[in-house]
Amino acid sequence: MSKSDPNAPKRLALISSKGTLDWAYPPFILATAAGAMDWEVGIFFTFFGLTLLKPKLTASVSPLGNPAMPMKMPFGPEGFQNINWPMPNLLMANVPGFETVATNLMKQTFKNKGVATVEELRDMAVELDVRLIGCQMTMDVFGFKREDFIPQAEIGGAATFLEYAADADVQLFI
Amino acid sequence: MTDVIKEDQVLDCSGMLCPMPVVKTSKAIKELQSGQILKMIATDPGAPPDMEAWSRQTGNELLRSMQEDGKFVFFFRKK
Repeated sequence: MSKSDPNAPKRLALISSKGTLDWAYPPFILATAAGAMDWEVGIFFTFFGLTLLKPKLTASVSPLGNPAMPMKMPFGPEGFQNINWPMPNLLMANVPGFETVATNLMKQTFKNKGVATVEELRDMAVELDVRLIGCQMTMDVFGFKREDFIPQAEIGGAATFLEYAADADVQLFI
Repeated sequence: MTDVIKEDQVLDCSGMLCPMPVVKTSKAIKELQSGQILKMIATDPGAPPDMEAWSRQTGNELLRSMQEDGKFVFFFRKK
């Protein structure tokens, strides 16, 4: 299949469907990298991914259901930091505040290693003219209003995304 | 000995991980005129393959890629 315009820049079309911290990173990392390579980029935020368009990002991480997720300590000597701490599900499910602890550990580890925050990556995506499309149907279902999202977001449905994705060189569901 | 490349601008991406070196390089090169040279320094071990891909995708030529004092150094000529 050829694109409608053979001279158009490469295009990346992403669907972001999950709102936890670990799933918030991939769409924004890919979008900013593609934007930096002068590609056109559009992200369709649907279901739990839609919360990534809120002005204040509250994405957290849950090791629940991520059985292979290593827990790293963001402090102490390197050998200590490199230990993968096994986290039994019983502990994760029953200790109050465990998600907050896990989220903070991950954020601190990322910061120490030099990874940008999700907020920073989203700002850069905006700067790179990445199209941020919020899913109208999800808004209706969860009771979100246009004003709940950053002004750069546009609102659309499946057809809006598919039309954009039809001309994309890379399409990914995240 | 290889020739010395004279850069017009230097960008230090030390300590940054993916995708920051690519994003910062893209931003920095937009400030230059066609033909000018950007020197970029990075510590991310993923930078060499990523910067080569970035160069191929954007057409900004990678003139030289080397290691210096444990860091990765790249020279790009703006297309």
